[in-house]
Amino acid sequence: MNFSKLLKSLIFGIFFGLVLVKSEVISWFRIQEMFRFDSFHMYGIIGSAIVVGIISIQLIKRLGIKDMDGNPIRIAPKDASQVKRYLIGGATFGLGWGLIGACPGPLFALLGSGLTVMLIPIVAAILGTYTYGVLRDKLPH
Amino acid sequence: MDFLTQPFPWYIGGPLIGLTIPLLLIFVGQSLGISSSFRHVCAACNIGDVSFFKYDWKTTGAWNLAFVLGITIGGFLAGNVWMNPEPIDISASTISALQDLGFSDFSGFVPDELFSWSSLSSPTNLAILIIGGFLVGFGTRYAGGCTSGHAISGLSDLQFASLIAVVGFFIGGLLMTHVLYPIIFGS
Repeated sequence: MNFSKLLKSLIFGIFFGLVLVKSEVISWFRIQEMFRFDSFHMYGIIGSAIVVGIISIQLIKRLGIKDMDGNPIRIAPKDASQVKRYLIGGATFGLGWGLIGACPGPLFALLGSGLTVMLIPIVAAILGTYTYGVLRDKLPH
Repeated sequence: MDFLTQPFPWYIGGPLIGLTIPLLLIFVGQSLGISSSFRHVCAACNIGDVSFFKYDWKTTGAWNLAFVLGITIGGFLAGNVWMNPEPIDISASTISALQDLGFSDFSGFVPDELFSWSSLSSPTNLAILIIGGFLVGFGTRYAGGCTSGHAISGLSDLQFASLIAVVGFFIGGLLMTHVLYPIIFGS
């Protein structure tokens, strides 16, 4: 990974973080609204992001657009036969998402916005990931 | 720069989030995903003999850690330099439901009574932040992605696995909000 790509990743990250805050995705209250079906806001955000994503990926695939290094763009397919993994793992994440009202991106954006207390769930998330790594072979996938 | 001091409506924010997918694919050669950063941190720390964290994180993960650092800087800019002038316009029924659970601060991005250093003197609040974060880190890696990797990136690539994962996200989130919140926060 060269410096130029790291710099681009950093710049896209700044853009992404800005948008997460400006569109209020990082709000604990917006996540509560979403799980209570009280507002269209989060559904509109996720839905329109997916529409733009689908169009972009279809264009990339159909036009055979290559990345900056000239390599064909490939998106690794996920193994849909591992239903347990996605359902149980997904629901586990969902419980945490509901409890702290923030998924990983917003955790970092909230930290940056000045909520240093978010370091606690971030460190806990790293420990959670570590625990998964240790237990992985014993879990149903 | 006027628009930067106003909140983005969903139809601006959503498409800009979606735009990150082709930007990363074309200019960095990577798929959007954020929870992997937790794994890269574990790989970089390299504690214990865990095969899941034995890989060259500098090759596969450095871009992701730079991206996450960027998100933090973006959060700083939007939260301090170009902050939204008004409190977030939360729906009245959510506010009333949260008031019933004892929440009273609706001014910021998060309720101050739960997310502040001073609130951590309550063991319950400290446990909520630790357990919530732990579930996020454990669950995202178990499911192989979070909201960005599955709901945005995976569904944009029409991956069936991501649809199952998003159903899982909502099973967990709805259970937490409607069944467990009244137990945790109800007095």
